[in-house]
Amino acid sequence: MKPVDGVALTVVVVLFVLVGVLGFYAARWRGGGKEGLHTLDEWGLGGRKFGSWITWFLLGGDLYTAYTFVAVPAAMWATGAVSGFFAVPYTVVLYPIVFLLMSRLWSVSHRHGFVTTADFVGGRYGSRTLTLAVAVTGIVATMPYIALQLVGIKSVLTVLGVGSGENWLLNDLPLIIAFVVLAAYTYTSGLRAPAMIAVVKDVLIYLAVLVAIIYLPGKFGGWDHIFGAAEVKLGAVNAATGKPAGSVIPGAASFSAYWTLALGSALALFMYPHSVTGVLASKSRNTIRKNAALLPLYSLMLGFLALLGYVAIAAGTKPKELNGTINPQLVVPQLFLDNFPSWFAGIALGAIAIGALVPAAIMSIAAANLFTRNIYRDIFRPNASPRQEAKVSKLVSLAVKFGALVFVIAMDQSAAINMQLLGGIWILQTFPAIVAGLYTRWFHRWALFAGWAAGIIYGTVAAYSVLNPVTKAHFGGSIAAIPGTNVQVYIAIVAFALNIVVAVLLTLILRVLKAPAGRDLTRNSDYGADENDPKVRKVAQDLPTEPIA
Amino acid sequence: MASTQLPPDIPTRGPAKPGPYVISGLLLAIAVVFPLLVPMYARSTPRLGGLPFFYWYQMLWVPIDAALIGVCYALMSREDRRRRQILRHPDPGTSDDGGPRDNAADDGSDSGSDSGAAEGGEAR
Repeated sequence: MKPVDGVALTVVVVLFVLVGVLGFYAARWRGGGKEGLHTLDEWGLGGRKFGSWITWFLLGGDLYTAYTFVAVPAAMWATGAVSGFFAVPYTVVLYPIVFLLMSRLWSVSHRHGFVTTADFVGGRYGSRTLTLAVAVTGIVATMPYIALQLVGIKSVLTVLGVGSGENWLLNDLPLIIAFVVLAAYTYTSGLRAPAMIAVVKDVLIYLAVLVAIIYLPGKFGGWDHIFGAAEVKLGAVNAATGKPAGSVIPGAASFSAYWTLALGSALALFMYPHSVTGVLASKSRNTIRKNAALLPLYSLMLGFLALLGYVAIAAGTKPKELNGTINPQLVVPQLFLDNFPSWFAGIALGAIAIGALVPAAIMSIAAANLFTRNIYRDIFRPNASPRQEAKVSKLVSLAVKFGALVFVIAMDQSAAINMQLLGGIWILQTFPAIVAGLYTRWFHRWALFAGWAAGIIYGTVAAYSVLNPVTKAHFGGSIAAIPGTNVQVYIAIVAFALNIVVAVLLTLILRVLKAPAGRDLTRNSDYGADENDPKVRKVAQDLPTEPIA
Repeated sequence: MASTQLPPDIPTRGPAKPGPYVISGLLLAIAVVFPLLVPMYARSTPRLGGLPFFYWYQMLWVPIDAALIGVCYALMSREDRRRRQILRHPDPGTSDDGGPRDNAADDGSDSGSDSGAAEGGEAR
């Protein structure tokens, strides 16, 4: 059993309490107009009034999650560049895509009061089936993502030596307390809470990474030595597979895996409900465009954080669970704890743990909005008032978090990781319906639905068939050969290609058959509308005119 | 909301000039394609401060992408302003001239209370 580091633990707890207070205070932040926080625009989108700065912090905290901070360096430590460092090109090519697509989504959503991507698809194609497909995909893909944020908190607690109690309740009690507090302030303050907390979290995480990347390489013999150590460790042949564990520079055989992972993940990220929630909460069409140029700073930080995985190899960091088994996901928290004074390690670990709270809050809000708008309202209560919608959404956000908690406590962590892997493949299949719709009505709604179904089925089967090289378990990874070839690529990309082929072919056929195209509520001018244009103002007319921050 | 007939579409922007869109499209394409050309950078030399080429090259694309997108942002927001201006002052002679107020609000409609006041009654 590990000793508990009292100082570091105290710092983490103090930070947690501070963030909890902020979370509740956020409800009063630039108050919620005459309806209070009793509409989805207010509770679920923070009043749609976030300016450039807050949006930068909110999206930064939303996209670069605690799990990313834990899993990327862990992958570098365990298998090297292909499964870890692709996160850098992924979060680089992401932003041109965001720049291109998200301003149009912002405009059309603000003209029509859309809160979710499924709202948009419904308005564009007039197809309840397609709307439902997009909404359910979003919810299902988000749930395990929330669960993984808990895994992030758990790794911090484990390294601190917390949770070694004999019974499961004591073991998971700190996690349960953290999540109950999170659920409570998300319920009262909505999106304002993570927006405010994100500022604290990001300042702490930048501080921690900056200090680590300046100080640690020198301490362990410089980058030359660190990469030398990484080459030795990753090049060592694994007894179970007869192959090296990984590589520092990917070989020619994994080139296609590397870039398809980066591209597929980049295309998928802004299809996730929590990313879209962050975009729609911004106050103008240009806020998101400006942020596309400013958010890459986070990618630089992520790159350095990834390299800490190699630093840990040179430092001889031992990422051990409380029972002594090796868990790569503990490597970065352990590195901080081993090499910094307790108080500073506490700040870094606290930043990672708080980093889990921001995306978890936004994700649960986004999933709740999808449920409320596209399942509760569209199917059961077409005449739900804004007040009822907000009420349902708040309750569902609690249910979603509770579900994630049960997921992590009751099931194996690998279940959450497998689901997250599948979620990434699935969410990309909503891309054609959402993105093509931003530019053209050429695609037929049933063709898009068929393409979605084909992509989901292929992706699921392909991911299931990947066997872990050591344990032979299913869902062993997200890379598989393109059928009929030897080229190893990200499964989501093949599923996506299949999706588009099906959608194009069926659209051609359905157009010849003159199948009913469905009603389009949107107009051309909607896609270029900005904050002060007619009708955009109407959506937010009861809200405070003063911008937040 | 009336469900039978949509109201006529009132454009909020004038016609686009292709120039800024083509240039931005090109810059964005560069920003997507180059970081993904793995064979170009999957090697360890030349090193930079001990970092293999593979690593520093990819991280170098972070600021490059930010700069490219920054240029696109400048181009697009200028073109966007021009297109909105045309609707307000349909006279082609003055349309290209944003006027001192618009230049002052240069970094975006983020601070847009002034353009809102201007747009109030004149949008159509």
